[in-house]
Amino acid sequence: MEATIHLTVDGTDRSVDVDTRTTLLDALRERVGVTSPKKGCDHGQCGSCTVLLDGRRHLTCLAIAVAYDGAEIVTADGLGGADLHPVQQAFLDHDGFQCGYCTPGQVCSAVGAIDEAKQGRPSHVTDDLEADVQLTDDEIRERMSGNLCRCGAYPGILAAVREAAQG
Amino acid sequence: MRAMEYVRPATPAEAVATVAARPGARFLAGGTNLVDHLKLGVASPETLVDVRRLPLDAVETYDGGVRVGANVLNSDLASHPLVRSRLPLVSRALLAGASGQIRNQATTGGNLLQRTRCVYFQDVTTPCNKREPGSGCSALEGYGRYNAILGASPACVATHPSDLAVALAALDASVVLLGADGERRIPFEELHRLPGDDAATDTTLGPDELILAVEVPTTEAARRSAYRKVRDRASFAFALVSVAGAVRVTDGVVEDVRIAWGGVAHKPWRARRAEAALVGQALTADAVRAAVDDELGAAETTPQTAYKVPMLRNTTVLTLTQLAEEEVA
Repeated sequence: MEATIHLTVDGTDRSVDVDTRTTLLDALRERVGVTSPKKGCDHGQCGSCTVLLDGRRHLTCLAIAVAYDGAEIVTADGLGGADLHPVQQAFLDHDGFQCGYCTPGQVCSAVGAIDEAKQGRPSHVTDDLEADVQLTDDEIRERMSGNLCRCGAYPGILAAVREAAQG
Repeated sequence: MRAMEYVRPATPAEAVATVAARPGARFLAGGTNLVDHLKLGVASPETLVDVRRLPLDAVETYDGGVRVGANVLNSDLASHPLVRSRLPLVSRALLAGASGQIRNQATTGGNLLQRTRCVYFQDVTTPCNKREPGSGCSALEGYGRYNAILGASPACVATHPSDLAVALAALDASVVLLGADGERRIPFEELHRLPGDDAATDTTLGPDELILAVEVPTTEAARRSAYRKVRDRASFAFALVSVAGAVRVTDGVVEDVRIAWGGVAHKPWRARRAEAALVGQALTADAVRAAVDDELGAAETTPQTAYKVPMLRNTTVLTLTQLAEEEVA
């Protein structure tokens, strides 16, 4: 079954024809032509397809595109406009990657995670559920656990998120 | 993936009527489990009935508790002020599950209806009674580290993967359902079932029944509660075992205690024998150990699952004794 959906992708309105089986990830990559979200595991386990969807970090592989008609999506490609987003700059400054395949998902996830902490949302390692959140290294590790890096660039990713969170 | 129709009803009643009228229709909410099953070939519905945008996203108080709409996201429920202060066990259980992204997508109703992560259930090349009734159970003699140790049957040894469900079992929650025959309310413990000889059926819901909300009583014990999960890595992994505990100690003895276990059965396991053994006693490690062993008298283990017995015992002792210490402090 075919359907036409409307998405805002990195600030641009898009009208996209999709089959009801098409995932949001495939719609972005294959139909819209925005290849910044990556297909890693395609089963919700690696985080490389992470985008900001209506302002919050979200997987695109476990999402049927037709269900997200009207969504506003920001990928790593559209995060900073003409310049790099501070989180992207921090990844560069701290070598937060090696091959770079997981990086667009890591960056989007980091932006979302920093925002969640600013809103005071607790995590599994937050001692006091009702206190303000301090983004300690343990907090960053826990909050970024949905993004895997097979190169093992975690120390650099941690440093990048730590710096970006302080900015 | 099989071709399918997609519909987005405007009301819960319309959603229920649509599923009732179309054989092979399935409700779709956050999709974190169902969309994966579509890809794996575990599920192949003819119609997806999208309920994610139905206005079932409120968290509100009622007399004696908190009512949570089925579409409240796991992340929003975990960080809701009412839940953090009155039902910390619910926050803790949710935050122990999945990843930040998945919690932003998964809903309350969908979390409860997620299916087992048994590797054979998810692998369509192998026999599995849950996926294909009558084909046999590959987990009985195969990879069995995650298998159930309580309430299993020769048909199925799968465990239920939800952390939230363990917390709700401990807190005596209720589930509000809408079906073609109208609304009904069931105790949370009656939502999930043991496999018996019907491994394919996870819950007691009718095929067209939709979860509208979960109601959670805000008791004094619920304030003194904790969720402890043991897993293979520190984050983003399913439980080997987990313990939801809530306790109220008065004059040095247990007045009220709730214990539910995850990772050990086809449903969240409310340890009522252990609870009964503890009421009226001082909450010591020895007393908890004896109570847990009383409950685990019914456990059946294999060499692959034997580790769960001491792990569950120790985790329960730690969870409850720490709660008692905090209460004294």
